[in-house]
Amino acid sequence: MVLLQRPHILLLLIGTHQFLQCWIAFGSVNEEGQKQEEFSEELLLKPLPDHKLLAHFHFQSSGPPSTSNGCHHHLFPKAISQLVQKFRIKEMELSFTKGRWNYESWGGFDPLSSSNAKPPGVELWAVFDVPQHHIDASWKNLTHTLSGLFCASINFLESTATYSTPEWSFPPASGNVTYGTLPCEAVCTENLTPWLKLLPCRDKAGIALLLDRPSLYRGFYHSQQLHLTSTGSSSEGIDSGIILEQTLTVVLQPNSEMAIEVHASEKHIQPSWSLSSIFGKQVSGRCVLAKPSSVYLLLDRGLPAANGLTSENFWSNPSFELSANPDRIFLEESSSHSKSLSILYMFQVEKYCESEPFDIGLMWKVPVAWLCQQTPLHASRFLMGSGNERAAIAISLKSTQFTEGFMSANSKDGSCELRVDVFQVVPWYVKVYFHSLRVFVDQQPRAVSDIIEKIHVSPSKDKMSPGVMEVVLKLPCRVNTAALTIEFDKGFLRIDEYLPDANQGFDIPSAIISFPNFHASMVFLEDDSLNKSPLLSKFQEKCPVMSYTEVLLVPLTTPDFSMPYNVITITCTVFALYFGSLLNVLQRRVAEEERFLKAKAAKKTGRLPLLLSKLSAKLRGRRLEPLHSPPSSSSFINSKLVLKVILVAGLAVGWQYFFS
Amino acid sequence: MEKLKKKIGSFSFWNWVIASIIFRLILIYFPKNLNLSSRPEVSTPLTSFRRLAEGYWLKQSSMSSYAGSMYHGSPLLLSLLGPLTVKRIEGQPNHLLYSLVSVIADVVSAMLIRATGQNLRLAYLRGLESLDLVKQIDVSEFLFSGDIAALIYLCNPFTIVACVGLSTSPIENMAVILCLYGACSRLIPLAAFGWVIATHLSLYPAILIIPVIFLLGCGPDSPPRKLFLQRHQQKEVLNQSKLPPGFSWGPIIHFAFWAFLWSVYVLVLCGISLKQFGGLWEMFKSTYGFILTVEDLSPNIGVLWYFFAEVFEFFRNFFLIVFHVNILFMILPLAIRLRHRPCYLAFVYVAICSMLKSYPSVGDSALYLGLLGWFVNELADMQFSLFLFCGYVGVSLLSPVMHNLWIWRGTGNANFYFTTAMVYACLQIVLVVEGVSAVLNHDRKLRILITGKPQDAKS
Repeated sequence: MVLLQRPHILLLLIGTHQFLQCWIAFGSVNEEGQKQEEFSEELLLKPLPDHKLLAHFHFQSSGPPSTSNGCHHHLFPKAISQLVQKFRIKEMELSFTKGRWNYESWGGFDPLSSSNAKPPGVELWAVFDVPQHHIDASWKNLTHTLSGLFCASINFLESTATYSTPEWSFPPASGNVTYGTLPCEAVCTENLTPWLKLLPCRDKAGIALLLDRPSLYRGFYHSQQLHLTSTGSSSEGIDSGIILEQTLTVVLQPNSEMAIEVHASEKHIQPSWSLSSIFGKQVSGRCVLAKPSSVYLLLDRGLPAANGLTSENFWSNPSFELSANPDRIFLEESSSHSKSLSILYMFQVEKYCESEPFDIGLMWKVPVAWLCQQTPLHASRFLMGSGNERAAIAISLKSTQFTEGFMSANSKDGSCELRVDVFQVVPWYVKVYFHSLRVFVDQQPRAVSDIIEKIHVSPSKDKMSPGVMEVVLKLPCRVNTAALTIEFDKGFLRIDEYLPDANQGFDIPSAIISFPNFHASMVFLEDDSLNKSPLLSKFQEKCPVMSYTEVLLVPLTTPDFSMPYNVITITCTVFALYFGSLLNVLQRRVAEEERFLKAKAAKKTGRLPLLLSKLSAKLRGRRLEPLHSPPSSSSFINSKLVLKVILVAGLAVGWQYFFS
Repeated sequence: MEKLKKKIGSFSFWNWVIASIIFRLILIYFPKNLNLSSRPEVSTPLTSFRRLAEGYWLKQSSMSSYAGSMYHGSPLLLSLLGPLTVKRIEGQPNHLLYSLVSVIADVVSAMLIRATGQNLRLAYLRGLESLDLVKQIDVSEFLFSGDIAALIYLCNPFTIVACVGLSTSPIENMAVILCLYGACSRLIPLAAFGWVIATHLSLYPAILIIPVIFLLGCGPDSPPRKLFLQRHQQKEVLNQSKLPPGFSWGPIIHFAFWAFLWSVYVLVLCGISLKQFGGLWEMFKSTYGFILTVEDLSPNIGVLWYFFAEVFEFFRNFFLIVFHVNILFMILPLAIRLRHRPCYLAFVYVAICSMLKSYPSVGDSALYLGLLGWFVNELADMQFSLFLFCGYVGVSLLSPVMHNLWIWRGTGNANFYFTTAMVYACLQIVLVVEGVSAVLNHDRKLRILITGKPQDAKS
């Protein structure tokens, strides 16, 4: 009986549980109405001119306003929503990057590079919705929480000497933004795993399945980001909840075996690739929780033109071959900046399943060469000078092919100007002399006031705050090169302030060069389905063009780390030498004087013991003489003694007499 | 004959002065000032010209000049010298006006040293006369200590380097010398002004108040008062007019009044120039606080930078107290033993401060070496003088070499440079100790001349 009954009870239990779950889910959906938790997964592939491939993963989860459903979430990661609620974050971005974005060959003027090219190491910025005096405390707590969440040493950003508050030259956010970077942070798979945990399907299904660690970290550039936007507690009234964008940008070198097979003689041909050859995996269907789940292939603006592709023949192109048929093809709206347009091929992952996994390959037939659209000026930064005492930082701006085009377009009016914002943070041990700022335009020194329109400086305080420099440059459009130099002294630290590998040097975070008059956006021809894709709608936003410069490694002088005890003892010895010898000199008497004094003292006190010893000898030897000798030889002191004895005796007699 | 000798002496003195000024001007016209302004020996965080320029720049861009930890000097200096850091004359070296100010400060200091030295010499001769020792000691051999001191100050390579290296120490030194000059020639307001400005600029001259009080109270250096009494007891003629005057409180109260007045004046001026920023408290924190806490650990010719770079954080405060108390501890014993020689006491204090201060530079050494010239007659039989001279030369040649090896070439390490700093500190210690003992011996010699050999010693 018992054996028969048990399965029934189990089934019943399971059934009710499932029913309950469904009911709860249904109820919650009803309550929220249109605002549901959504998740989207997208992958964008883009061939780069230097035989590499860019893969950009974009996962977006949006949570409804926290007030409507308390702290319950279905898709949205709870850790993030708690973070937002606790620290009242308006906007936040955290990026872990390895490698350096190559602005010259990978472009800098498209939404992809201006928002996803990040400086090496960790970069974190946040805008808090708290009063000004609470920002520091919120920031400290946030850094500690994030370092716990992402297994990284973000907590080093806690100290006031590491973060700064740019006022107007940090384009992604304005006003009250707190910005900090850790250029020397090593980024690895231990940071990726917690990041993947925030995805509803983790890396078990959907596009995230492609995130194969060995192939990711083999790449030339790797940047994983987390962008949070919350309007939950804003006063504007529009309440869209929290939007969490997780992006991962990698630049990989496709294995060129296939290309070698086909065109062994052709060296200039782009390598052919497929998803399985790059990542070693294929996409076996979408993550069931993801609403749009699609893969895009973007051919850059320059590429179709170089390829002979026009709007007519992009369905059947002669120069390359796709292994899968695209579901849709979008053409970019014509923009003012360039003549050629980029083409976007879209593949929907929904159609594929485990038996028929999704794999896309691109096989080039003819060699093509093109150039990515570059930033108006190419920025690089380097150190000048030698030795460990002082040096100078130079930021050089070089015109690119873009500026030439821009110049020719604006050549009609002569007074055309190019505005460049520079934001530079230096750690406190790089002691910058702001008065030594020099500007060179086309290698000619120019007066600072001619070129610099606006400057804001907050000088560094030792161990307290970093130095921040924000500069607005107004350069003539015909400029070929421009350079900013600023001198600094290298600081000297205490031995316990050096990092473990002190002789390696210290990193100066990247400077941010932005061009506020230029906005990168990629608007594709109007289509309803586009609005659904968060990735493409992000491309359509106008984002300011900005680029990061290189991280500088400044070698600092080191003291001898093995010497503390020696230094302490030697220095203290010298001080003791000073103190002792000076005191000695002050109270010393010269030899003659000393002898004189000794003799004088001997006259006074030294005779008594001498006499006593003589006396004892005499007492032993002859017993007759001593009777006379003591009173006769008793000197002044002896008579004193007698007097004392008499005095004491008299006192005793008086005492006796008085009390009796 | 005497007059002729004197004439020749003074003629060559002016020749030397002009030669040293011309030498300075030649160095100023060298390209980039020979990079002296960024040498660690010349520019400490307190006296650096570049930091002064940075402070002025910050002030011009309507920020507090103490924002950031660049400038640690006085706001008055910034208002006076700041404009000179940016002013340029076409075809002339960059900081010509500023360099000229330093040269003038040096020349004025030398002249004041000369006047004070002559004053001291007269006082010394007067003392000998009243002791009737003029016959026993050949006065004609006496050197003109004022001229010698002034020439030492002007021609000392340390002074020249500090002047051409655009540091602010010529001005600080001038304030100290002004204070001593005023006290010696009984110009009480001037002495008070010098003392207040010197203290305001670099804190350590504050302890000069003790020699100044002795100077005002009982006049310039003379043999101990006890000797006069002994002398007169011997002769049994108590001639009151020949006795040096006793301690009088009148000038000291006068001095205190003026010192109070000047310090209020200086503080009000500072307050006005810092009104819209942190106020006086910020100034005290980033000038005196910076001096006392030894925050900047960049190498200099002292020993404290390396000590505080190496010492464990836990003991930092303890050693800060120990090293500063070391200066204060010696004030009282020295004041007791040398109270009859206030100028010499001032010299010893200046030497001790320049040895133990947080950020010493060659400018400080230049000051006490200059003052040393006042006492050539008293210090005639000082021990180790050749050793000290060679030591100073050796250290000032080796120290830049070691610095170069460590900082620029990277072939040496910090200990190389620290060793020269250590040797330099030891040399200064020997100088102070031997100097003090030589002066005490000199007084002893005078006593022996008066009282004869202590006869009792032979027993």
